[in-house]
Amino acid sequence: MKTTLNREAIIRLCERVEGAQTRAYAIPKLTDEYPSMTMADGYAIQTELRKRFIEQGHKLVGWKAGLTSRAKMKQMGVDQPSIGFLTDKMSRPENSVISTSDLVHPRVECEIAFVTRERLVGPGCTAEDVLQATDYVLPAIEVIDSRFSGFKFDLESVVADNGSSARFVGGGRPRYVDELDLPTIGAVLEKNGEIVEMGAAAAVMDHPAAAVAMLVNILAEMGEELPAGSFVMSGGITAAVAVSPGDHVIARFQELGSISVRFGE
Amino acid sequence: MDQDLINSLGDELYSAFLTRSTITPLTGRGLDITLEQAYKIQQRFIACRLEAGETVVGKKIGVTSKPVQQFLGVYQPDFGILTSGMQIAGDNVIDLDGLIQPKAEAELAFVLKEDLNGPGITAMDVIRATDYVVPCFEIVDSRITDWKIRIEDTVADNASCGVYVLGDVKGDPRKLDLTLAGMVLYKNGELYSTSVGAAVQGSPANAVAWLANTLGELGIPFKAGEVILSGSQSELVAVQHGDELECNVGGLGRCKVKFSGRSAV
Repeated sequence: MKTTLNREAIIRLCERVEGAQTRAYAIPKLTDEYPSMTMADGYAIQTELRKRFIEQGHKLVGWKAGLTSRAKMKQMGVDQPSIGFLTDKMSRPENSVISTSDLVHPRVECEIAFVTRERLVGPGCTAEDVLQATDYVLPAIEVIDSRFSGFKFDLESVVADNGSSARFVGGGRPRYVDELDLPTIGAVLEKNGEIVEMGAAAAVMDHPAAAVAMLVNILAEMGEELPAGSFVMSGGITAAVAVSPGDHVIARFQELGSISVRFGE
Repeated sequence: MDQDLINSLGDELYSAFLTRSTITPLTGRGLDITLEQAYKIQQRFIACRLEAGETVVGKKIGVTSKPVQQFLGVYQPDFGILTSGMQIAGDNVIDLDGLIQPKAEAELAFVLKEDLNGPGITAMDVIRATDYVVPCFEIVDSRITDWKIRIEDTVADNASCGVYVLGDVKGDPRKLDLTLAGMVLYKNGELYSTSVGAAVQGSPANAVAWLANTLGELGIPFKAGEVILSGSQSELVAVQHGDELECNVGGLGRCKVKFSGRSAV
């Protein structure tokens, strides 16, 4: 991957994204100012953001793969997946009320998450390697929040914005992967009692473990690895659904139970 | 509309079926056909097939899921009769030479071990009376030119039924989560779409109960041994010579079909 931005520009854009994330306001997409910004620049900004959060005492708990299903790529108008980091500050318990006053455009999606018991190192990481290194899988709801105004963005800006990561909820029923046929796991996303999205896990790169392998290989390009004990979300099975205060969302999964959350002011 | 006209329209559909040709939509002829009359036309169409030596082997529910409703612009379910000539057995190769303008749908079939006489049937009765469920493909086909159908057209045309293929795996519905079972559809080895049982009336068992009650009102029973196709969980898939489709239902298994030959349109 090749960066085009100098160190000063990366720090400036990182501060812009950090401000939008922590104070919940929308900013224009970064490519408005830097039209030739690359994916490598996006990841350099994201890495800077991660360092800042860790310096502030946030704990890195894992990673997320984003834009891994055709439904999501179509919704966002992009053609390749991306990754983002997850910290303890983004985690919310199931059955809780998630505040929306500190979010810009919150939307939810349902995913299969992996918890690893061995480190994973790319390049060349495969879905099989991921399954071997997995402690257990569980269902998750991800709350994504693009900080870009008017839903106008491109992949470079989204990557700099940490893949729109905002909040996540792990829960439901943990399972060993060898007891499941992951691609055929069905999922239903309900908002206020109505089914709004449906799909099966194969929607995520034919197999959710393939999305995790892709994530490990992107980490390798950045000179990093996925440590044992990581929590990794493999990407939305369905398109994302907008939420507002008062909404109640349930994700129901075959074999993996369900996760319920409410949204407040 | 008198019985002579009903008979004549039923005969016209049967003739189109026999000659693999299409006719203009019945609803476009200024006849003001009601749904009840459309079902009478269907009865005549089926009576012609039975007179030619076929037997009734089951029923199908159509227009149950959102993708199919959107494709057809029809927002209520309907039903048709399955006859012995519609079953494709053996090597699961579908000869397109026998069809007009086929499209495939992946769904779940229920094979009954007890009669069900509606009205008053619940989803629990459906599971009780089911011998086994099996993943299947229904190949819908329309005798109406260019699929330009309103609900009355498809009802008269036996719910656009063409042929169907049952998979080899049989599942006990008491051991399955029919609502949340994923439905993964592959075309020529590539992921085509994913869905879940809930796509059909909230659950395939609900769709079967709906049909038992709807037919019960008309004095038509479900018989032990009959096959009930519960409605498409997938989008309609256009197929041509050489295509291979596979559907994989979570917790249940696969059904595969190949297509050869050339349909009329």
